Amino acid sequence: MNGAMEFLLWTKGPMFQIALGIFAVGMLARLFEILLLGRATNHAEARAGEWLPGLRTVFTRTIPDPGTFRRAPFDVLVGWVWHLGFIIVLLLSVPHVELIAGVFGVSWPALPNPVIDLLTAITLAGLVAALLHRLLHPVKRRISIPQDYLVWALTFAVVLTGYLAYHRLVEPYPLALGMHILSAELLLICLPFTKLTHIFTTVFARWYNGAAFGRKGVRS
Amino acid sequence: MSELSLERGLAALRAEIDAPVAAFFSSCVRCGLCAQSCPFYLETGDPRYTPILKLEPLRRVWEAEFTLWGRIKRWLGLGQEVSDAMLAEWEPLLYDSCTMCGRCSMVCPVGNDLAYMIRKTREGMVQSGHAPEGLVAASVRAIQTGSPMGLQWKTLAVQIQHVERSTGLTVPVDRAGAEYLVMLSSMEIINFPEYLEAITRIFDHAGVRWTLSTQCFEATNAGIQIGSKDIAAELVERVVAAASALGVSRVISPECGHAFTAIRWEGPNLIGRPYPFRVFHIIEVLDELRRDGRLHTEGKEADRLSMHDPCNLARKSGVIGEQRALMGLVAENFVDLDEHGRFQWCCGAGGGVSSNERAEPLKLAAFKRKKAQIEAVEPERMVTMCATCRTQLEEGLEEFNMDIPVVGLTEMIAEHLVERPAVEPEAGTESGQPA
Repeated sequence: MNGAMEFLLWTKGPMFQIALGIFAVGMLARLFEILLLGRATNHAEARAGEWLPGLRTVFTRTIPDPGTFRRAPFDVLVGWVWHLGFIIVLLLSVPHVELIAGVFGVSWPALPNPVIDLLTAITLAGLVAALLHRLLHPVKRRISIPQDYLVWALTFAVVLTGYLAYHRLVEPYPLALGMHILSAELLLICLPFTKLTHIFTTVFARWYNGAAFGRKGVRS
Repeated sequence: MSELSLERGLAALRAEIDAPVAAFFSSCVRCGLCAQSCPFYLETGDPRYTPILKLEPLRRVWEAEFTLWGRIKRWLGLGQEVSDAMLAEWEPLLYDSCTMCGRCSMVCPVGNDLAYMIRKTREGMVQSGHAPEGLVAASVRAIQTGSPMGLQWKTLAVQIQHVERSTGLTVPVDRAGAEYLVMLSSMEIINFPEYLEAITRIFDHAGVRWTLSTQCFEATNAGIQIGSKDIAAELVERVVAAASALGVSRVISPECGHAFTAIRWEGPNLIGRPYPFRVFHIIEVLDELRRDGRLHTEGKEADRLSMHDPCNLARKSGVIGEQRALMGLVAENFVDLDEHGRFQWCCGAGGGVSSNERAEPLKLAAFKRKKAQIEAVEPERMVTMCATCRTQLEEGLEEFNMDIPVVGLTEMIAEHLVERPAVEPEAGTESGQPA
């Protein structure tokens, strides 16, 4: 029990600082790395501005066009289900709301535990489905690299350890909670150096896309 | 095009990487949804044709040289190098199985503009000596003769004579001070001379002051297709010089998709300065004439017509409503294909695929997507406004024994013009539809 408590305190103390530091510095560096490259001046006569079409695409690209949905409904639904589940549990579960209140001083109402519990289970199922799809679909298998499986494992571990800790399926509890916190910290540490950067860079990618098409008078 | 080397190829790829490219590669989660937008993947089922995979050479250069983590990996000897062998393997992926139609750019959930990056990656392929023979030959002919098909003015002069004889009108040549300079494509001149006849009739009818230029009549751009800025810029400069010499305020792109992208969107950036004139596609000009009430038509086509949107015109240039408004003028039984406009499907021949003999089987495979779209709507004829699309549609439909003629929209408009307006055209007369 003592060792487990020490482990938990370590994940909440020094390790948390380290993970947050690597994440913050790393992600800032990545964003600078990207944005400092800039874009060449465009001399072609524009049909429309860039800012609004860019911003519109940032939002609209969340929903696929009907044809793509018809051709790949499984991709779209699985992707949505586990992303939404992950985000809701991250932001609206009681312990997370309390953590955010403690660190940032802002809080909002949390969802009831049974709802979070169900969403966590759905998220886990969604992640398993995503992994199977990656292993079985010819396109996904062909384009996947080892990092994709690493990132999957990190993400799955965060959700799974949270589920295990909540249901007291691992004893002692400080060990279970420590594992959950540690896996979240590993995710944070890997974030700037893997495809997890898409959490931040997708906004820019979509904006550039929407701006380039929008300039030519096309909604993208 | 001597001294092409891997080093030059890598340098070219390096030079193409900008903030959008870095944002795109940083965002890719390898979901593979782009494959679901690519006719080459969908019609062959071969995962090698997944759009994001085609960009692997550019991605590797980006990761190794433009990311902190990539530099560390490289330093540790863990980086993935781009070799000559790899580029050779990727050549068919970047050229034979991609028309740069841009559909994947519309579908990628994280917003990656894949077609933008294909265009950039081709620059590296050219510089490393990995461009297809057919495109290299077309580029050399374009630079040396002014036409990718080696066509000379004298061939066009013969066509002009034919047009003048059959219309009784004069085709204006080298007329300084005209408003519009009309550019053509060699394919139009050879395969679809009715286009020149149609605009001669329409412009006479609408009182448009226009001209051709003996200095430069070709606006297709092999440099854009193969991916060579130097060649592309040289070809654009010729158009700019011809337009400037005649002092026109507007230049009309041929009915050729990539030529429009080249002259309208890439051109000013290739030469590094804005133009002293504006650029339009003929469809934009015709629709403007329609809105201004300068097109007087009579009668309508009664058969069931559908339309193929050229990628470069619709998805990549936003000309979508114009051709439909013009159809409304001359067709009473028009039906759109299910996915059209910005979500249309490519005919399978663009982006240099049709100049690349090796790609012939893939070109036909990709056409099957268009074929299925056409079958779903069962038109009696197809209408389009790009010489390459039209040739591909004609050849493809014939290959599959589908008896559906393909017609050009401009020609169809010309056929319905009211004979010789009695007076000089005035704005807002009876048969022009208000916008």
